[in-house]
Amino acid sequence: MKADIRVALVGNPNTGKSTLFNILTGLNQKIGNFPGVTVDKKTGFCQLPDGRTAEIIDLPGTYSIYPKSKDESVVFSVLADKAKGLTPDLIVVILDASNLKRNLLLYTQIADLKIPIVVALNMIDVSEKAGIDIDINLFAKKLGVQVVPISARKIKGIDQLKNAIAHTNKIALQQDTIDVEVIAPQIIAQIKDDLKIDNSYLALQLAHQHETLSYLSTEQSDRIEKLEHEFSFHSQKSQAAETIARYNFINDLLYDTVKKPETAHDETVSNKIDKILTHKMFGFVIFFAILMFIFQAIFSWSAYPMSLIEDLFIWLQKVISNILPAGPLVSLIVDGVLAGLSGVMVFIPQIAILFALISILEDTGYMSRVTFMMDKVMRKVGLNGKSVVPLIGGFACAVPSIMSTRNIENWKDRMITIMVTPLVACSARLPIYTLMIALVVPNRNVWWIFNLQGLALTAMYLLSIVSAVTVAFVMKFILKARERGYFIMELPVYRMPRWKNVGFTMYDRSKTFVLQAGKVIIAVSVILWVLKSYGPGDTFAKIDQKYHQPQYVKTMTLDSLTKVIASEKLESSYAGVFGHVIEPVIKPLGFDWKIGIALISSFAAREVFVGTMATIYSVEGDADKMQSVQEKMHEATNPNTGQPVFTLAVAFSLMMFYAFAMQCASTVAVVYRETKNWRWPAVQFAYMTALAYTASFIVYHWLK
Amino acid sequence: MTLSQLEVGEIGIVKEFTDLEMSVKLMEMGCLPGEEIRISRIAPLGDPIAIHVSGYQLSLRKFEASTIVLQ
Repeated sequence: MKADIRVALVGNPNTGKSTLFNILTGLNQKIGNFPGVTVDKKTGFCQLPDGRTAEIIDLPGTYSIYPKSKDESVVFSVLADKAKGLTPDLIVVILDASNLKRNLLLYTQIADLKIPIVVALNMIDVSEKAGIDIDINLFAKKLGVQVVPISARKIKGIDQLKNAIAHTNKIALQQDTIDVEVIAPQIIAQIKDDLKIDNSYLALQLAHQHETLSYLSTEQSDRIEKLEHEFSFHSQKSQAAETIARYNFINDLLYDTVKKPETAHDETVSNKIDKILTHKMFGFVIFFAILMFIFQAIFSWSAYPMSLIEDLFIWLQKVISNILPAGPLVSLIVDGVLAGLSGVMVFIPQIAILFALISILEDTGYMSRVTFMMDKVMRKVGLNGKSVVPLIGGFACAVPSIMSTRNIENWKDRMITIMVTPLVACSARLPIYTLMIALVVPNRNVWWIFNLQGLALTAMYLLSIVSAVTVAFVMKFILKARERGYFIMELPVYRMPRWKNVGFTMYDRSKTFVLQAGKVIIAVSVILWVLKSYGPGDTFAKIDQKYHQPQYVKTMTLDSLTKVIASEKLESSYAGVFGHVIEPVIKPLGFDWKIGIALISSFAAREVFVGTMATIYSVEGDADKMQSVQEKMHEATNPNTGQPVFTLAVAFSLMMFYAFAMQCASTVAVVYRETKNWRWPAVQFAYMTALAYTASFIVYHWLK
Repeated sequence: MTLSQLEVGEIGIVKEFTDLEMSVKLMEMGCLPGEEIRISRIAPLGDPIAIHVSGYQLSLRKFEASTIVLQ
């Protein structure tokens, strides 16, 4: 779609910006990346009353254009960088009418960049209810912009807002808010001159932010750096002076235009909720109850849709193998691509449920209370209150959780969170744990109510949290802090969740997950398919020949013959050769070459393990025939000793390996994407593998 | 007297800051000299604290609160 006008939405967090974006664009939106950074860029289209089409860009919520986190840094670079063609023709600044003072700081900064502005005064219903009386006409006149009162939640004032967008002048008409030049007259004048800029505030911002702005050339940045020294420009002092001047302007403006009652209603309700939810004791009890509920929901609600998806893929695989002639192509599609895809798709329900629940917790304002309650504990182990969210998310999947670390402002806290999140027992480990526990742990109750198998599983989950926290604690001493950590965070008023937003988040995240993880998993599963389906030289042909001899054809049923051939082919395939090659390395952990193949093939994704085990123990089908895999594995004996392969020691050693090892290509990819440096995923992979090996070794020799 | 010394429910007025870097971040969030601050609550483990300032609720660590000098 071609747009006639580009509109950017800018506002503080928790002002209803995303709600407004969803109303304006409907489902007509897409998520991309801002050039050069991995921050999600949401764009969509909106029909204006005059027939023109507006492209709407949703910029990350921020309190100021001085960025504090990765997400926030996008706002200024989009507004300032004329070359990339992202600069909006018009900015809609969303202000929370019930909290105007702090919201107006960002407005005054944006206004001084002299891009045409429309103000959307959101939550006007909430502020009216609280008795706040805003003289909107006077307010608009003083700012020199159109001000449209809206309620995004109640979908009120949207048409008026669209009208205002359509009727905005191409030239910025807003009043100056503060005298920018007074702050740093010489450097502003010099930067304007050198970089041919006519806006003083833009020049001042370049002085502040030139080091992090990728669109400036090295010469330009060096030049600004030199000017800073020449005029002894002090970024923080200058920002402090500017902020004070801006709040003076805001106080004057609000004094003239807004009448407030002594106490606001809304806050007392929120206060009452807070008294319970952040109570000394109940606070934690409620938090853990909610956590338990989330686990329950992730596992129990997703069971049915997950098996539906599995069935769908099995059906698809059957259909394709039926209509297409058998051959390597069909085998590639069915056993390579489709098998790999189903491995990813099967997790969509869990991801969707997790994100729905997390977005409800965020939307209501509860998540910031969790952050508030947990900060002290988390800080002790080198994390941050905000690390709680990704760590909880890690129980479902590390990939979206690592993406959600972006709102952790402190670099060191964020890195440690990213490094330890994959240790949390994600849903892909669950099939392995269930299989292993079912093999070796008796299914009986202890102390009446506790099922032994359930206890073993709980122990694995607890272990994952303990290990994540321990590793974080160690990293706290290894990593050097780049900047001081701080924790200044808004505690938004409690609100009902916006169900539409919850739906959008579910859809968005699942889509991102499928696209991001899907690509990697398909690629790796194709490679694995090749390794499993081909062997060196003519070994496969020889196996076929061998089993075509009469002593086999006559004595065995066709079914069991195919199975024997398949398993012998696997042993001599490239994957089997690799399995034998790594056998000496994994022998100390109690693993044989077959487990070795499963380890290699599940490098891309842990959930592949069960499927590979199924193939290796020549069982037809895959994970859906868990019982038979289990039986086969139970019967499997070591040909040299005659002892069962899967003893208690081996099974627990395997579980330890999967608990610690970074066997997830998607996580490796997302860590690279988020850190922009191969060293992070490399270090992570190395430390996790080392931990996995050590833990397996100890457990195997202890239980043997 | 600094903000970190106030008890829950007590009110103070910001006079100045002892830390420039922190002051910039606090001022952006509406903690400015002359502004009235009320302690709303303290986290269950004693840190951080939640304050009421500029018409909304803000949470910050005790250490950060100790850089805010009150009148």
